[in-house]
Amino acid sequence: MSALGNTPGMVPNPMHSLTPSGNLRRRQLTSRLFVTLTVAAAGLAVAVLLILVYYAAKNGASQLSLSFLTAQLPAPGGIVPGGGMGPALVGTAEVILIATIIALPVGVLTAIYLSEFAGRRIGRVLTTALEQMAGVPTILVGVFIFGLVVAHFGQSAIAAGLALAIVEVPLIARASIESLRRVPGTLREAADALGVARWRTILGVILPTAANGIVTATILAVARAAGETAPVLLTCLPVGQGYQLDPRQPVATVPVEILQLLLSGQTSTVDKAWGAAFLLMGLILLVNIGARVWLRRSERKRGV
Amino acid sequence: MSLSSEETPEASGPHLRLPGGPTAGSPAALSPESAASARSSVARETVFTSRGVSVNYGAKRALENVTLEIESNYATAFIGPSGCGKSTFLRCLNRMNDSITGFKIDGDLLYHGHDLYGSGANRVEVRRRIGMVFQKPNPFPKSIYDNVAWAARNLGMKQDLDERVERALRSAALWDEVKDRLKASALGLSGGQQQRLCIARAVAIEPDVVLLDEPASALDPIATAAIEDLITALKSQYTIVIVTHNMQQAMRVADKTAFFSLDESRIGTLIEYETTDKLFSRPGDKRTEAYITGQFG
Repeated sequence: MSALGNTPGMVPNPMHSLTPSGNLRRRQLTSRLFVTLTVAAAGLAVAVLLILVYYAAKNGASQLSLSFLTAQLPAPGGIVPGGGMGPALVGTAEVILIATIIALPVGVLTAIYLSEFAGRRIGRVLTTALEQMAGVPTILVGVFIFGLVVAHFGQSAIAAGLALAIVEVPLIARASIESLRRVPGTLREAADALGVARWRTILGVILPTAANGIVTATILAVARAAGETAPVLLTCLPVGQGYQLDPRQPVATVPVEILQLLLSGQTSTVDKAWGAAFLLMGLILLVNIGARVWLRRSERKRGV
Repeated sequence: MSLSSEETPEASGPHLRLPGGPTAGSPAALSPESAASARSSVARETVFTSRGVSVNYGAKRALENVTLEIESNYATAFIGPSGCGKSTFLRCLNRMNDSITGFKIDGDLLYHGHDLYGSGANRVEVRRRIGMVFQKPNPFPKSIYDNVAWAARNLGMKQDLDERVERALRSAALWDEVKDRLKASALGLSGGQQQRLCIARAVAIEPDVVLLDEPASALDPIATAAIEDLITALKSQYTIVIVTHNMQQAMRVADKTAFFSLDESRIGTLIEYETTDKLFSRPGDKRTEAYITGQFG
């Protein structure tokens, strides 16, 4: 073996200095290239978000004012200046609330069934079904609720809530399953060994331990539903420009309002649409951050 | 159980306790005095009777033909090499294997004369009487107080809960270390403290039997010594069954010891069951002797 260095594929010479030898230089290069690629991909993903936020802020931030948040909707076609997002904000909140009240228990109970009770075969079938459900184009969900509810009872906040619940259920269920499965089996054993019935164990130990993931899943589902447009278009088109609180009536929602403002095509309405887009984005962000802060605090209180 | 000190050895049999009877809910309500007298008069009940118990996991036989009796207020140790089925057998005693797919048990396994796997036996009820502490400490992600109080609360033992929690923590020799931070998370405790908390959690509902599955194997020597002292103290009130891979530990804590090993076809089986003194000083079987003298393991 030469005293100068080590050749690739040979046993290294222990007398050689510890600087890279053999093909280490090449391997280091490959490694660096790979890291660069992953960083670039991650950067690209974040860049898209930043550009979106930037444009929405650039075009929309100037719209924000107290009256924009509270005023009645702008007149159709932009014929009359003024108008704000008040009824749309309230309507979005109302529709999302209805959707989540339905979707949260259904989603979480489905997840509990799948992670705690279901046999392997049924589990696989149901998991696939949930995945398919998450992949259903939301316009189809809208059509479904249109045929099932709107055709009989007319458009309403409840109809939109039902449609968005269908969007939310698979999101909540799938992420909840993941966090329920991450609860260590040793905790279930510990609870079993205390002679406590399973449902108590689930409520008292397993759900609280998985709460973090379930809350996160719910918030993501809420954020997703808040931005959904297609199902709401078919189930809940607002009448007039004023506030509407009755859930049996159609209410305005922010995404549908954005669409209508854009369709008007006037400079003033497009500006308002940007404002509304910026508002929607900001609200979703706030809900996300707020929920995480609350969660962190409640966990600390529980002593995790 | 308060009856047991008056019973003659002949009378103490598997028929003594009726399911759901008045004594069943509080089997461990012994005062120290009556416990001591129970020990001196040697009026022991047979808690577990195993006759020809075999266990299969699917097609694989894990344990074959175990016949033994476990007596009350003794610490009974199961020792043996890895894979000999000692943990499997321990987990059969409170039906912790039920949830394992393919688990099948044959033979008779009686608890105070009642068939543990009989049609009338409810596994939640079984575990309420026969508690278990596991190899790795597994406290709930709750406060220290709630870890101990949770099961009691769920079982409806809500009266004097604070006293119950204190008593359990005292009997697990943990009270002095945690009394000022009962509301703090159990996950902040050291490994040894967590394991003692798990013992406190198990005894808080006053079971009849406490099963311990290698409770000190993840602990340092000081924590191990604390757990062993605890076992010795607890057997005045509870029947203790402990699985250990540590022979010195069995010698230190156990009154009786069962040696499990693998037979020629590598199936776990009971080789010898004796008082600890006899098993370690005059083993009756060559395989026991080979194991305790360190020739295999």
